Amino acid sequence: MKKYIAIICSFVSCLSTLAQETVYPEPAYKGLLFIKNATVHTGNGQVLNNTTIQINNGKIEKIGVDLSIPKDDVKVFDAIGKHVYPGIILSNTNIGLKEIGSAVRGSNDFSEIGELNPNIQSIVAYNTDSKIINTLRSNGILFANIIPQGQLLAGSSSVVQFDAWNYEDAVYKANGAMHFYMPSLLNSRPRGGGFGRGADAEADPLKAAMDRIEKVKSFLREAKAYNEQSKKNNANLKFESVKGLFNKSQHFFVHCNLVKEMLIAIDFVKEFGFEVTIIGGSESYQIAPLLKQNNISVILQQLHSLPTSEDDDLDQPFKTPATLQAAGVLFALTDEDGQTTGRNLIFNAGTAASYGLSKEEALQSITLNAAKILGIADRSGSIETGKDANIIISEGDILDMKTSIVIKAFIQGRDINLDDKHKQLNERYKKKYGLK
Amino acid sequence: MRKCKTALLFLLLGLQATVAVSQETFSVNGVADKRMGVYAFTNATIVKDASSSLPNSTLLIKEGKIIGLGTQVIIPAEATVIDCKGKFIYPSFIDIYSDYGIPVPQRTGGGFNFGGPSQLTSNVKGAYGWNQAIRTDVNGSAIFAADESKAKPLRDAGFGVVLTHQKDGIARGTGTVVSLAEKAENFTILKEKASSHYSFSKGASTQSYPSSIMGSIALLRQTFLDGLWYKNTVAAVGNKPASEGTNLSLQAWNNNLSLPQIFEANDKWNNLRADRIGDEFGVQFIIKAGGNEYQRMAEMLATKASFILPLNFPQAMDVEDPNETRFISLATMKNWEMAPSNPAAFEKAGINFCLTAADLKDSKQFVSSVRKAMEYGLSESKALEALTKNPATLLNVYNETGSIEVGKWANFLITNGPVFAEKTTILQNWVQGEKYAVKEDGMQEIKGNYALILHTDNGIKNFSVDVKNSGSADIISKDTIPTKFNHDGKIVKLSFNETKRGKKGFRLSGVSNGNNWSGTGTDSSGNALWWTAGFNNDIAAKADSTRKKSAPTMGKLTYPNMSFGWDEMPKQETILFKNATVWTNEKEGVLDNADVLVTNGKITAVGKNLTAANARVIDATGKHITAGIIDEHSHIAAASINEGGQSVTSEVRIADNIAPDDIDIYRQLSGGVTTSHILHGSANTIGGQTQLIKLRWGANDDELKFKGADGFIKFALGENVKRTSSQTNNRFPDTRMGVEQVQMDAFTRAKDYENALKGPNGKLVRRDLELDALVEIMNKKRFITCHSYVQSEIIETMRVAEHFGFTINTFTHILEGYKVADKMKAHGANASTFSDWWAYKLEVQDAIPYNPGIMHNVGVNVAINSDDAEMARRLNQEAAKSIKYSGMSEEDALKMVTLNPATMLHIDKSVGSIKAGKDADLVMWSDNPLSIYAKAEKTLVDGIVYFDREKDAIIRKQVTAERNRLVQKMLDEKKSGGPVSPATPSLRQVNACEDHAHSHGLLTVEGD
Repeated sequence: MKKYIAIICSFVSCLSTLAQETVYPEPAYKGLLFIKNATVHTGNGQVLNNTTIQINNGKIEKIGVDLSIPKDDVKVFDAIGKHVYPGIILSNTNIGLKEIGSAVRGSNDFSEIGELNPNIQSIVAYNTDSKIINTLRSNGILFANIIPQGQLLAGSSSVVQFDAWNYEDAVYKANGAMHFYMPSLLNSRPRGGGFGRGADAEADPLKAAMDRIEKVKSFLREAKAYNEQSKKNNANLKFESVKGLFNKSQHFFVHCNLVKEMLIAIDFVKEFGFEVTIIGGSESYQIAPLLKQNNISVILQQLHSLPTSEDDDLDQPFKTPATLQAAGVLFALTDEDGQTTGRNLIFNAGTAASYGLSKEEALQSITLNAAKILGIADRSGSIETGKDANIIISEGDILDMKTSIVIKAFIQGRDINLDDKHKQLNERYKKKYGLK
Repeated sequence: MRKCKTALLFLLLGLQATVAVSQETFSVNGVADKRMGVYAFTNATIVKDASSSLPNSTLLIKEGKIIGLGTQVIIPAEATVIDCKGKFIYPSFIDIYSDYGIPVPQRTGGGFNFGGPSQLTSNVKGAYGWNQAIRTDVNGSAIFAADESKAKPLRDAGFGVVLTHQKDGIARGTGTVVSLAEKAENFTILKEKASSHYSFSKGASTQSYPSSIMGSIALLRQTFLDGLWYKNTVAAVGNKPASEGTNLSLQAWNNNLSLPQIFEANDKWNNLRADRIGDEFGVQFIIKAGGNEYQRMAEMLATKASFILPLNFPQAMDVEDPNETRFISLATMKNWEMAPSNPAAFEKAGINFCLTAADLKDSKQFVSSVRKAMEYGLSESKALEALTKNPATLLNVYNETGSIEVGKWANFLITNGPVFAEKTTILQNWVQGEKYAVKEDGMQEIKGNYALILHTDNGIKNFSVDVKNSGSADIISKDTIPTKFNHDGKIVKLSFNETKRGKKGFRLSGVSNGNNWSGTGTDSSGNALWWTAGFNNDIAAKADSTRKKSAPTMGKLTYPNMSFGWDEMPKQETILFKNATVWTNEKEGVLDNADVLVTNGKITAVGKNLTAANARVIDATGKHITAGIIDEHSHIAAASINEGGQSVTSEVRIADNIAPDDIDIYRQLSGGVTTSHILHGSANTIGGQTQLIKLRWGANDDELKFKGADGFIKFALGENVKRTSSQTNNRFPDTRMGVEQVQMDAFTRAKDYENALKGPNGKLVRRDLELDALVEIMNKKRFITCHSYVQSEIIETMRVAEHFGFTINTFTHILEGYKVADKMKAHGANASTFSDWWAYKLEVQDAIPYNPGIMHNVGVNVAINSDDAEMARRLNQEAAKSIKYSGMSEEDALKMVTLNPATMLHIDKSVGSIKAGKDADLVMWSDNPLSIYAKAEKTLVDGIVYFDREKDAIIRKQVTAERNRLVQKMLDEKKSGGPVSPATPSLRQVNACEDHAHSHGLLTVEGD
């Protein structure tokens, strides 16, 4: 292999393919790879200037200012003037399960029938050929936690990396979290809604919701007893599927927003000793110290949201991360916007950085914190020696849309192709109009 | 013979009633029992009306009518005399907004629903009009059936007469004035057709149209026009319009127009909407209000309407649980505190009004509710007038009822004090000369000391009893021993223990014969006894007058009356921004260290080293100033957005239902937005007329409007209009092929219509609001903004427009605009799009974030819009994404949310850039406005600072403090035993264009 120094080019001229179908997953890169002269945002709060990262067989081997780069058989990327970040992690998404949002039933595989489906595994339906995936890579997102949706226990999610031929290649951590969708404890149902419709309020929605939560707890109690048997005569797939919760090899992800719902999530720590994460958590700023005390982490679902109440501070959702940060709660941001499908995760973090978080803390909330919550921090989430080389390079500050232009991305050291359907359509019509 | 004549005369007089049990034409089963009903009520204080009362007078009635009144009345021998010493006589109340005795239609259908099938025509059989919600043919008197179970509680509350009608539909037919006497309907109907009724709610109609309040308004306006056309045609050609035939609904509509017109609007803004319809067609509606009018009294006064005020004041909520209390909005709590002041506010404003028990859950609460309104400042005389003279006058029956005067109906109340005083009881309610006991026992004064004698087996026992009222008496010995006592006017029950702490006692039951009572009883050992009691003497009365309560304290009324509302509207200022980076959007480009002067709402100078006397100088060093952001596609501040009942609804207007109390106005000011184009939704091919507003937070609906701007209209294409997400669509069109034909057909009809209007019989052509709007489009008086996605539909629509000689002004959404940008440019269309939306449905599979850049580079005028109440706060950042994706210059990117939308909305003469002479709609940013780190620090509209981040920090604290004050007040209410309802979250409707995937949170309800 010859020594190869890439002057990182603006994206367009790197295009080598004509259709997304020929954007190939990259084979493993064996040997050394260097990214030099970079401003490195490590993802754990540090910024290293003029730094070189040495990658060997896909792992980060060394990080330093004065690393010597061998003369040959290596790939070197000169990132002078550029910003280097860990690959971004989308903590909660149905990408690969849902291709077309509305009215195309055939493209949807994210929500199963039934209320107690802990045995459902999202990973088996994950489509690595989703057109959405490459658009996310172009914005620096290299990992995602693929979640099943539904009622009550909806199944387990798996973390995937975004450069794979099929789901078995993609899986980075299988079935790492069990998803519980807590029934709403808001004490009135939104009534029919809109002009000219009837008002059908449930009799006592609160009690009905509590009964359903109890149904889940009963299930878990029986599952615990079942799994403690040495010999099982009557196999039960549902019970088997939650085994990992009790030894903490699987985390318990509770989807909820209200204070009361989050307080009930604490039950699952107290009674079952689960490792609990709250997904949603729009009201989490109100009980941050309690969450910290119970070691509950939070995935904030959608920072770019309106305040819950018209009386709330105008910027309440934007400044919620700063409150959690101050209380020491482990939290990550995710982006589930239905119209942009996750591509604006970095800008949700950017907004958090405008409203109380430092830029590095904001970055951490979509890298290392997410990795910790998803149980992959030993391999990903930050630029540290020993971890997989999951790295992106941006023209400038990645949190600010004005400068957030991803020009390189590496997954496990593989220099992945950043082409996507959108870039291709852009090229197609620029050609039509003779635009440069 | 003579008898027959008399009977005929009665009939001719309109069934003037006698006291006879059944009417003249009916045969009697048994022996006739004809009575004249002559009664004299003597020694009473007679309150004739709100302004005059007669002390110590006599009221004489006969055959249901008042025949004598005053101190000089000669009482005929045939009269039964009732001594009313110490009693008051008032006219019975009139409820002008009742549905007593009228069937309540059961609601089966709903509004428009993206998922369900449509009902496009009326399902009412017969020669009626096209819309099921126009029920002008309903005649209240024909469907009225007296209902004693409903009449009694109303009489007990003091009512003698009501106007009743069927509360169903948008036009509801006629109401009838009836008495609450327990007689055959033939006698109780006092006026058959007394009123004509309207509302915005289609009620039990199952027809899809209208499905929005603006649709209801359009339907009413069109029906006014149709009625005129029908009438004029008959007048001109002597027959009904041949193209219509017999239309009983329109005939009834026209007939009903001469009656008093009553509109159930039920909300301060709806009141104005109703009044404007009336203004357009020369009708002054009497408006049934909702109770929140006190927030906008100047606007109420300007309607010149009489109002019917409900008294269902909100209850305090149980706010013990802070997690539930959190979701009760300040607006809800403020309204709880202030709503009882609503009637007083009308009195203070000098507006004519009536009171109604209509919205009360239980008419038992009526008098106490009036009393509550009086605590909050309503005067006794206005309250009485609002229940007697005012409704009678509005209904043109004051010559028959509404006061105590000779010749009027004998409808009156006998009370033991001033009618609304706290300790006063209504004793009897006489309706049409017949007595209805409300609290009979009160007629006989029983208060006093009685000698009670028990005749037991062991001899006689004497007790002294102080009777305070019909439910309370004490034994007076060396202790005062409480008793259980009840005197219902005839039956007396009394039980007590002999000594205060002892357990031995007596249980007595007997009958009162005036001042002497007697009966039997048992002692606690079960031994029988008999007893008598006789009146001894009066006991000193405790003051019975209503305790003067101090006037309730209330928080400040704010504009709007909710969180972040103003105590006082902010005013125009002369402001000089110094040393800013000024993004002019003009050929000067971006100016460093420049000043901007604002005077009288306009930008008066831009440049360096400006000075101005009397100006507030704002040091803008390090800050950036831009023109205010203009959102070309928004759905905030509207009561409804989609009229989806039909495929063509160009007659509906967002302007008719602007909703100023929308917190999103203030929130978007915090994101630098100053002008928003409020669009109709995308439920149909030809949607409704849009409204441009400026974000003047606190202004009323009319003041929000951007004055002098061209009118626009929303069109839509593709999946939403063909209702792709519905499994059961039955509304044409179901394909894009059909969409094109809907367009062709609509404009073809409009062309014919325009020609017909200009033709020789133009005056007899039916005015069609739907086609009027389309004619405006063809004449370039109204402009289209067209929801669009895929290239085929974009091209097709331009070709239809060209066929009819006009241009599609703007394609909105336009996510495949990049594929046909050259054709759009050639056509002359603008593009208003999203920065990076895609994948949320099939028709956006080819949407790309490079779309704005390509269209811009091809030469199309491009804007970035929100269509989303949340994203509208970050439109500057949305524009900045084209820097990232397409390498657009920062200045061009900023123009996509300022100057470019101004140009496409034809308002670039006044807004969109920073130039002397333009409106001072400005934003001062903390940073480069295209950076995610930039925050709007000050947002000005017309030179008025409507958002100031520093001031906002103070307002937040005020919101918290005010919330806390009201929570404490509700807690006090509960502690003092007041009624409380469960804490209920205050839900808010958020409107969007279509099936929107962006959630707006826990407390929102998606609008249609």
